[in-house]
Amino acid sequence: MADKVMTFEKLPDRPPPMSQVGIVGWVRENLFGSKTNTILTLVSLYVLYILVVPLVDWAVINANWVGEDKSVCDANKAGACWVFIAARFNQIMFGLYYGANPDQIWRPTLAFALLIVLAIPLFIESFKYKLQLGAFILFGYPFVIFALIHGAWLGLPVAGTSEWGGFMLTFVLASVGIVGALPIGILLALGRRSELPVIRTFSIAFIEFWRGTPLITILFMASVMLPLFFPSEVDFDKVLRAMIGITMFQSAYTAEAIRGGLQAIPKGQFEAAEALGHNYWKMMAFIVLPQALRISIPGIVNTFIALFKDTSLVSIIGLLDLLNMALITSRSLEWKGFDLEGFTFAAFIFWICCYAMSRYSRAIEDKIDKATKY
Amino acid sequence: MTETSAVQQGGSQPSKETAADIVIEMKSVNKWYGEFHVLKDINLAVSRGERIVICGPSGSGKSTLIRCINRLESHQQGTINVDGIELNDDVKNIDNIRREVGMVFQHFNLFPHLTVLENCTLSPIWVRKLPKREAEEIAMAYLERVKIPEQAKKYPGQLSGGQQQRVAIARSLCMSPKIMLFDEPTSALDPEMISEVLDVMIDLAESGMTMICVTHEMGFAKQVANSVVFMDVGEIVEQAEPEEFFNHPKFDRTQLFLSQILAH
Repeated sequence: MADKVMTFEKLPDRPPPMSQVGIVGWVRENLFGSKTNTILTLVSLYVLYILVVPLVDWAVINANWVGEDKSVCDANKAGACWVFIAARFNQIMFGLYYGANPDQIWRPTLAFALLIVLAIPLFIESFKYKLQLGAFILFGYPFVIFALIHGAWLGLPVAGTSEWGGFMLTFVLASVGIVGALPIGILLALGRRSELPVIRTFSIAFIEFWRGTPLITILFMASVMLPLFFPSEVDFDKVLRAMIGITMFQSAYTAEAIRGGLQAIPKGQFEAAEALGHNYWKMMAFIVLPQALRISIPGIVNTFIALFKDTSLVSIIGLLDLLNMALITSRSLEWKGFDLEGFTFAAFIFWICCYAMSRYSRAIEDKIDKATKY
Repeated sequence: MTETSAVQQGGSQPSKETAADIVIEMKSVNKWYGEFHVLKDINLAVSRGERIVICGPSGSGKSTLIRCINRLESHQQGTINVDGIELNDDVKNIDNIRREVGMVFQHFNLFPHLTVLENCTLSPIWVRKLPKREAEEIAMAYLERVKIPEQAKKYPGQLSGGQQQRVAIARSLCMSPKIMLFDEPTSALDPEMISEVLDVMIDLAESGMTMICVTHEMGFAKQVANSVVFMDVGEIVEQAEPEEFFNHPKFDRTQLFLSQILAH
C-alpha cells in the first residue's frame, strides 16, 4: 500500500494513422487490398466498360428523342426510339380508355398528384396528424381515386375497369394487394401461433393453400372458374376479381414474413406484458406487434416488391398492365418493331417503383435502429 | 414431511400478529414440467407488509414458485390464494390478480420500442384506464423515486443495466400493486450496478410494500427480510427469520448452501 493516493489522469484521444482514413485509405483497403481483390477490381471494371458503354450509346447518345412518327427512328437504327414512348405515353401509363381520350387524362393525373400531395406530410417529422392522414390515405383515398378514374359521377364520362390499364392498373392492383394483405396477414400470422387448435389449423391451411398455388393459377381460377359457380346474372368485375385473388395470395406471404418477426420477440416481452395485466389483444397491439412488424419490415417489403412485379401476370385474364400495355403498343401497326424500347421503358418504371420501396424500407429501418438500438 | 412442518413453524411466526391479513397463501402446491416434478408440496403464507427472500441453488424451483403467484406458470395441484382471489383457470381471476401483483424480472424485460416514460404509462393507461396526464404524473413520480427522472425520454437500449432495472421497478409500481415479486433482479447486472438497484428495493421495503424476492444478495436478506425461505429440489427446506436462518440453520442442506455462497 502506497502512503499517498495518486490521482489517475486520462490520456488524450489521438486520431488514427492517415493510411486508415480518407479516400486513398478506402481504395487501398477495399479495392486493392490483396492480389485477388486487385484482379477482381480490374475484371469488374472491364465488364462494366463493355456493358455500360454500348448501353449508354443506344439509350442516350444515339437515341431518337424528338419526332412525329416512326420515320425518324427508321432513319437512325443505331439508337433507341424514345419517340415511340412519347407518342404512346398516355396509353402506356393510363390504359386504353385514357390513351384514346387525351382530354380526360387530367383525371388519373389529378388522382396521382393528390396522392403525392397527401403523402408528403407523412415524411415531415413535426407533422402531428400522421395517424389520421395515414388512415385517410388507406381508407378514404381509394374512394376518391375510384370516383376520379372510373367516372360516372358529376357528369364525368365512364372509364370502365375493363379499359383500365398501363401503369395505373399496375399501381392500383399492387396497392390494393399490399393494403389489403397487411391486416389479413397480421391476423393469419397471429392465428398460426394461436393456442386454439381450430384457429391455428385454419390459419395454417389458409396460408399453405394460397402459398402453394401459383399466382397465375389463382388469377385464372378467379377469372374462368368463379363465374361457373355463380348464376350468369352475377357478373363480378374482372379487375375486382384480380384484386381479391392478389390480396389472398399476398396475405399468405405477408403472414409468413410477420410470423418470422413474431418468433423473434423474446419470451420475456410476453411475460412482462402479462405480468402487467395486459390481455391477449392489448399485449399484441401495444407490445408484440409493434416490435414484430419492425423486425419483419425487410421481409414484408420484399414480398411487396415481388407482388408489384407479379401484377404483370394479370395479362393471363386479359388485363393490360404496364408491361403488357408496353408490349401491345409496340406490336401496333404504327409502331411495329419497337419491343425493346417498350420493355426498357416498362423495366425502368418498375425499377423506379421497386427501388423507391426498397429505399423507403431502409429509411424506416435506419430510423428505428437509431431510436431503439439495443 | 419434516421439511414442511419446519416451514410451518418458521412461517407462522411473522404472520401470527396479523393472521387475518394474509395476502398470499399457497397450500400443498405441486407443479410438473412434463414428467419433471418441479414444485413439491409447497406451503407458504405471506402477510401484508411482509418481506420474504427466497434463496436456493439453481434449478431448485424458486423462480417457478413466484411465477405461479401471478400465473406466469400454472400449478397442477393445491391452491393459491392471492389477496382473497383464488388462482384457477378463470381468466377474470388471473387478470384481477395480475393487476395487484407487480413483477420485476432478471432480464428487465422493458419494452424496447417505447421510451422509459411510455414503458411506465402504457399499462396504467390501457389496463387501469387512467387518463394520459395522470398516468404520466404518476410515472414521473416513480421515476423520481428510483432516481432517474432525467432518462424519461430515452429508450431502454440507451440505459445501463442498473438503470433499466430501476425503470422496470418503476414500471411495476406505476400499476400501484399490493404485492411485488422480484425474480433475481440483480443477477444479470454488472457488479458496480447491483447496489443502485438494491437501494431502490430497500427503499421500497421500508415503505411497507409486501415483497417476495428471489435473490442471492444475502446482505439484502439480512437487512430487509422478515423471513428467509430456502428451497432445494422443488421443496421448501427451511423458513426462518434472517437472524436465525444465517446463524443457526436447522438443516445440513441449508448449512452447505450457506457455506458455499458465504465462503468468499
